[in-house]
Amino acid sequence: MDFSDTPEEAGFRNEARAFLEAHAEPKRGAFETWQSRYPDREGLERAKDFQRKRAEAGLAGLHWPKAYGGREAPAIFQVILAQEEARYLVPRGYFEIGLGMCMPTLFAYGTEEQRRRYAPPALRGDEVWCQLFSEPGAGSDLAGLRTRAVRDGDHWVVNGQKIWTSGAHWADLAILVTRSDPKAAKHKGLTFFFLSMKSPGIETRRIKQISGQSHFNEVYLTDVRIPDSQRLGAVGQGWGVAITTLMNERLTSGELRGPDFEELFALARTVDLEDGPALANAAVRERLADYYVRTQGVRWSRYRTMTALSRGDTPGPENSLGKLVNAAKAQDMASFALDLLDMGGMVTDKDFAPMRAAFQEALLSSPGSRIAAGTDEILRNIIAERVLGLPQDIRVDREAPFDELPTSRR
Amino acid sequence: MNFDFSADQKALRDQARKFLAEHASSVRVRRILDTDEPYDRELWRGVAEMGWTGTAVPETYGGAGFGYLELCVIAEELGRSVAPIPFSSTVYLAAEALLLAGSEAQKRKWLPRIASGEAIGCLALAEGAGAPAPRAVKTRVTAGRVSGTKAPVADGDVADVAVVAARADGGDLSLFLADLSGPGVARTTLSTVDPTRSHARLAFDGVAAEPLGAAGAGAALLERLLDRAAVLVAFEQVGGAQAALDMAREYAIGRFAFGRPIASFQAIKHKLVDMYVGVELARSNAYHAAWALSTDAAELPVAAATARVSATEAYFHAAKENIQTHGGMGFTWEFDCHLHYRRAKLTGLGLGSARRWKDLLITRLEARAG
Repeated sequence: MDFSDTPEEAGFRNEARAFLEAHAEPKRGAFETWQSRYPDREGLERAKDFQRKRAEAGLAGLHWPKAYGGREAPAIFQVILAQEEARYLVPRGYFEIGLGMCMPTLFAYGTEEQRRRYAPPALRGDEVWCQLFSEPGAGSDLAGLRTRAVRDGDHWVVNGQKIWTSGAHWADLAILVTRSDPKAAKHKGLTFFFLSMKSPGIETRRIKQISGQSHFNEVYLTDVRIPDSQRLGAVGQGWGVAITTLMNERLTSGELRGPDFEELFALARTVDLEDGPALANAAVRERLADYYVRTQGVRWSRYRTMTALSRGDTPGPENSLGKLVNAAKAQDMASFALDLLDMGGMVTDKDFAPMRAAFQEALLSSPGSRIAAGTDEILRNIIAERVLGLPQDIRVDREAPFDELPTSRR
Repeated sequence: MNFDFSADQKALRDQARKFLAEHASSVRVRRILDTDEPYDRELWRGVAEMGWTGTAVPETYGGAGFGYLELCVIAEELGRSVAPIPFSSTVYLAAEALLLAGSEAQKRKWLPRIASGEAIGCLALAEGAGAPAPRAVKTRVTAGRVSGTKAPVADGDVADVAVVAARADGGDLSLFLADLSGPGVARTTLSTVDPTRSHARLAFDGVAAEPLGAAGAGAALLERLLDRAAVLVAFEQVGGAQAALDMAREYAIGRFAFGRPIASFQAIKHKLVDMYVGVELARSNAYHAAWALSTDAAELPVAAATARVSATEAYFHAAKENIQTHGGMGFTWEFDCHLHYRRAKLTGLGLGSARRWKDLLITRLEARAG
């Protein structure tokens, strides 16, 4: 056992460090994000500027094929870059979906001409992509989607509603999965496209979350016309294409941001309970130990994953474990931190609440973390079926024509 | 980055697993469960012949001179098979105490006999119910003679040598080494929640005892000793937890109810995933502690406490939910589920409760934070 980099990894780490020292600013506090320093439009423009420099330095699209500007680097390089970036204020949430999910799908299913047209501007941040997948009636059960695509000569006409689309309000392009044949079985009547977000008939509305932030959008598609040349995969084979996209999500979905054990420990050292500092209280100590053990367990599990990646393995479904544990832990810790503050715990005023209300914010953002990018329940199903090899649930929606399946009450 | 065991260490694991599948099958474990035999003598001889008892003992003292990573690998397999032998008391506690604090003469006398499997060792610490804090130790040593009662002592009924925590002439806690073949030792077998591992009450009445380490260093030595043992026992617990998860998985796939395998119900799937998550976190924490133990890193006290808490909780959780997954058969004597349920609780108490280790963990984090 040994925690050091291989010579190749160390060389890449130095390269990443040199780039960040030259082009990135340190964070002003542990929880500062790009979006908190640079709001909306300014954030996007600055992010694009930074992404161009990243691409020019060869630090974007690390796992992409070299033919499209990538580096064909082992997956461990992505981890090393993320580790080095952690201390810096770098843009997050703008390009990951395009580079990590949309482009790999285009590489797998697009024409050579399309790959050469779209890869370079995506890499440089000139064109931002989003992913039109989930719908109000199709979240965890994505294959239940109902956005209709109807063929019209060498075009398709699309009508429907998508939801939970990150970055749709600034995206230039999108990948889209639709239902082209409602008479076919659920997974067999889907067709996959990409399209310009500037296409007539697209309307985007921000969704306000309980945290007050707006990371997601609703996207309404009304008679949107897409050329058949922008279809990815065969008609009716859209489910297979969507799976390709989602397999790449494992590489993309990052760690949760927000206060973790160290911050809770620091809080327990400073706040006073009825009988002295919180850290002297036996019940508090026991809870802290539980959180520490889970935090470290995820941390060292990640090192085990890195070891596998370092050997050249591809990330597997066992990576769902970290998000499953961390999201629930973040919610639990936030609630516990507020309990320690007692009556003062309710206050979200940043000048009043310790750590500029980081735990109060976590209380309101953590419910979303347990749902976005795979709910706790779906992650458990994935681990059960793909890691433990347990049988799938008995399905009642496999064979019947899609339009005969029962639907939610309206 | 290489946070994994080496190919050689994995080969050792495969060899250990194969050996134990044959020589520590549940039929063999049950022979100890169902009789008054304190441990499986044949298995103990086999384990000694494989050289496992001397894994981390230097070659100068008759050991194999491997490192602690090799011992961790073997511990995991012993835990998986619920091996009914005095391995942890002899190897993780007695041998380690000698290596930590023994004089050259003490090491020369006992380590070769331990490495060869000829001698069984034990740690005589607890004196009844409640936490064995230094102030709770009443056993005394006067003029080289130990008097007092220790219970429970793992393998105290069969051990040849004991590491005894006691006070010399009313001073601070110290460690002593007592040859149990001498006069004045009264051993009474104690029944425990896990009959596959024998425990005893040891009553010392003026038994000859030599100091082990400096006078008054007992509390500090015990802390270091228990940290090291905690890492090794964590591997046994991880092995046992994995075995309990594997049993539950096999049963759930093969057991049909309501016209389908019960493993297809989410109530069962999610239960098994929660067991898996606990085992994986415990395994990762144990790996880190193994690294700290094998490199004598400054992180060892925190890493050992983390591994101890993580593995204790993961094993008990996996063992109890394994019974639950088996339904009615799960709580019969006939099915093997209870072997893990018993061993999980026993290993969770043997080096001190998770409650106490959690408190210790926070104390160490406070010290680290300054």
